[in-house]
Amino acid sequence: MLYMSIIVLIPLAAVAVKAFSQSPSEFWQSITNKTSLTALAVTLGSSLVVAAIGAVMGTVVAWVLVRDEFPGKRFIGSLIDLPFALPTIVAGLTLIALYGPDSPFGLHLVYTRGAVLLALLFVTLPFVARAVQPVLVELDREVEEAAASLGASNAVTFRRIVLPALWPAILSGTALAFARAVGEFGSLVLIAGKVQIASIVIFADIEQDSPQAAASLSVVLLVISLLVLFGLRRWGSRVAH
Amino acid sequence: MRISRGAKLSLRTIAILYLTLLLLLPIGVVLIRTFEHGFGTAWNWMTTPAAVSALWLSLLIALIAVPLNTVFGILASMVLVRSKVRGRAVLDALIDLPFVVSPVIVGLSLILVYGKDGWFGNWLIDHGITLIYNPAGMIVATVFVSLPFVVREVAPVLMEVGDEQEQAASTLGASSWQAFRRITLPSIRWGVAYGVVLTTARALGEIGAVAVVSSNVPGSTLTLPLLVQQRDADLGAGSITGAYAAATELAVISLVVLLAMTLLGPRRQEAR
Repeated sequence: MLYMSIIVLIPLAAVAVKAFSQSPSEFWQSITNKTSLTALAVTLGSSLVVAAIGAVMGTVVAWVLVRDEFPGKRFIGSLIDLPFALPTIVAGLTLIALYGPDSPFGLHLVYTRGAVLLALLFVTLPFVARAVQPVLVELDREVEEAAASLGASNAVTFRRIVLPALWPAILSGTALAFARAVGEFGSLVLIAGKVQIASIVIFADIEQDSPQAAASLSVVLLVISLLVLFGLRRWGSRVAH
Repeated sequence: MRISRGAKLSLRTIAILYLTLLLLLPIGVVLIRTFEHGFGTAWNWMTTPAAVSALWLSLLIALIAVPLNTVFGILASMVLVRSKVRGRAVLDALIDLPFVVSPVIVGLSLILVYGKDGWFGNWLIDHGITLIYNPAGMIVATVFVSLPFVVREVAPVLMEVGDEQEQAASTLGASSWQAFRRITLPSIRWGVAYGVVLTTARALGEIGAVAVVSSNVPGSTLTLPLLVQQRDADLGAGSITGAYAAATELAVISLVVLLAMTLLGPRRQEAR
């Protein structure tokens, strides 16, 4: 607990204290100025889009890994963890190699929203797939077969039987992916260009020696992450009981 | 569900295509870009004094942060799963914080506490300890961001194995240290190993938190990921090749990590 306090809790508290050491109106001013609002809108918007795409694709990937058999499946299975193993700066650099000034496909996505979305999809890829996979393994296939023998179509079976069982895993994976996307820095720093990303705006504020502005925006992000974290836990314990 | 062959094949194709485009293609291109001006050029970029010292600093940070978090992770899991201390639920919730807090905020928070004019900063500086803009601060930042991995791997395993064997050992006269070393540790070893691998990967690859508390001086506070960033920003001739070269070093390290994850994965599942 002492270790946690020294390394995690006291520092985070300092951010909040710094942010609120200005008057409430100054605080409000610093999170509602144009830069901050744009940064928050772009960051939250991109994270929502990425979380939604990630939820669908993560479920498809998990499904294929559990229910399908094909040569090279083990390889694909370990590939999923690549974004956790690969430093995020490398992920950013790969996007420059692919979609930068000398893109082999002539696609110049770097420094645009498109590249930001790709980078976020890359780093959040494992969350949903890894959450859904074990649940899908455990899922009782007899229920699905019973539904099918009673005349349910695949779509109905999926919606009524499979999806309800996977739902908690999909949601918690998506929430973690969203939280990760909101705070992401490493994979975006090379490719964001003029796209205003909250973590990059905070970084610039620190570099320009205005810790107060940095702390104010940080508090907004902290509140979002805490909401996701505690929302997940409450909801998780409700599902468990 | 009985899925038609067509649907199955198209799902499989979608999944593989998505993963190939998102994961494999990018890595391949970085390798090509690294070696397009010949192996010698890439090797020169990897062996400049700045690159060598960046590699060593990255390894040094991991070498200190990983054991610290491993010991903490095992202790915290024991507290969370085995003890009845009050405040356990709070600790449980707080441990995940580093997973959801932006790394840049981590760096900022450390400056505000341990930096000049920070809460404890001036006191520490008076006693000759300068954390911020020094490797020591970068170690603290790394410890922060990689803190939860071991706990999150070990706690479920501890829960699963139960404490019957430990109790049996203590009724047979084992001290609690003996019971821990002979019974508990062997049963959680794969969980610990997997957590260590994840912690190492994060420690070597971290940039956001470390960037904030680093002074970005080549040869003293530049890690390998920071070197990639600096070389990418540098407009000098061919320095982008240098960025790719450093990225390849990191990619090689992460392939080793990935291999370890693949090998340890099944054992970790068995343990649960």
